Amino acid sequence: MPIPLPSPMPDAARFDLTSDRARAEAFFQGMGDLLQRHGYPEASKFAVRLALEEAISNAFKHGHKNLPASTPVRVEYEVGPERLRVHITDQGPGFDPSSVPDPTLDENIELPSGRGLMLMGAYMSSLRYLGRGNELELVYENPAAG
Amino acid sequence: MSNQPSRLRVTNAGDVTQVSFIDRNILDEANIQAIGEEISRLVDAKDQPKLLIDFQNVDHLSSAALGTLLTIRSRVSGRGGKLRLSNIDPQIYEVFVITRLNKLFDIHETTDQALASF
Repeated sequence: MPIPLPSPMPDAARFDLTSDRARAEAFFQGMGDLLQRHGYPEASKFAVRLALEEAISNAFKHGHKNLPASTPVRVEYEVGPERLRVHITDQGPGFDPSSVPDPTLDENIELPSGRGLMLMGAYMSSLRYLGRGNELELVYENPAAG
Repeated sequence: MSNQPSRLRVTNAGDVTQVSFIDRNILDEANIQAIGEEISRLVDAKDQPKLLIDFQNVDHLSSAALGTLLTIRSRVSGRGGKLRLSNIDPQIYEVFVITRLNKLFDIHETTDQALASF
């Protein structure tokens, strides 16, 4: 069994997520509380939750497509009053983000998939794939920070 | 699976099947799949179905849920039916705008407006 997430969550931590939904939910809730504590506006909680959901879902669904369901995804984060940085690493072969077609083009608009990446990009301040394409770094700047 | 508890509230308003969600967050892949299957069964039960999906009380929606909505849209359209969406929270509506899906779906502010549009 993985070590339970601390509650409340500290300003920086590194831990593994499995496909256990309750653990992911505890992480999202804890992150919402952290953002609130650091003075991020309410809309930031929505933006960050959406991006983290998409990122972690992609890691399991695509990154770990050919791996056992129990394979963990590594999450590292650091949050302060000015910005949140999250690093998500899966154990898959990686992928090339430029290979994902633009889902907003007329020819793709009715396709049922391919929107997670663009939503992360729309809500985060920056989004970078690192390593062999299996590591994602998300940065979110606090819009309320002076 | 039909033996799973329903994730939906289903009512009928005249010939319109009205669906709303029990969960505030439509994010979990397994739940999204179950919701998609349940709504698909409702669509398949009628000729030219009139389906209203109401998002009151929904706080979060993932891209996988958007994908399921597109699949439902296509299924309704394939049966000569009509699909309307209503009561979408402004933050979630923004997700529809970013993905341009607000242009594809027929979205109404209230349930009454959506019902009147069929």
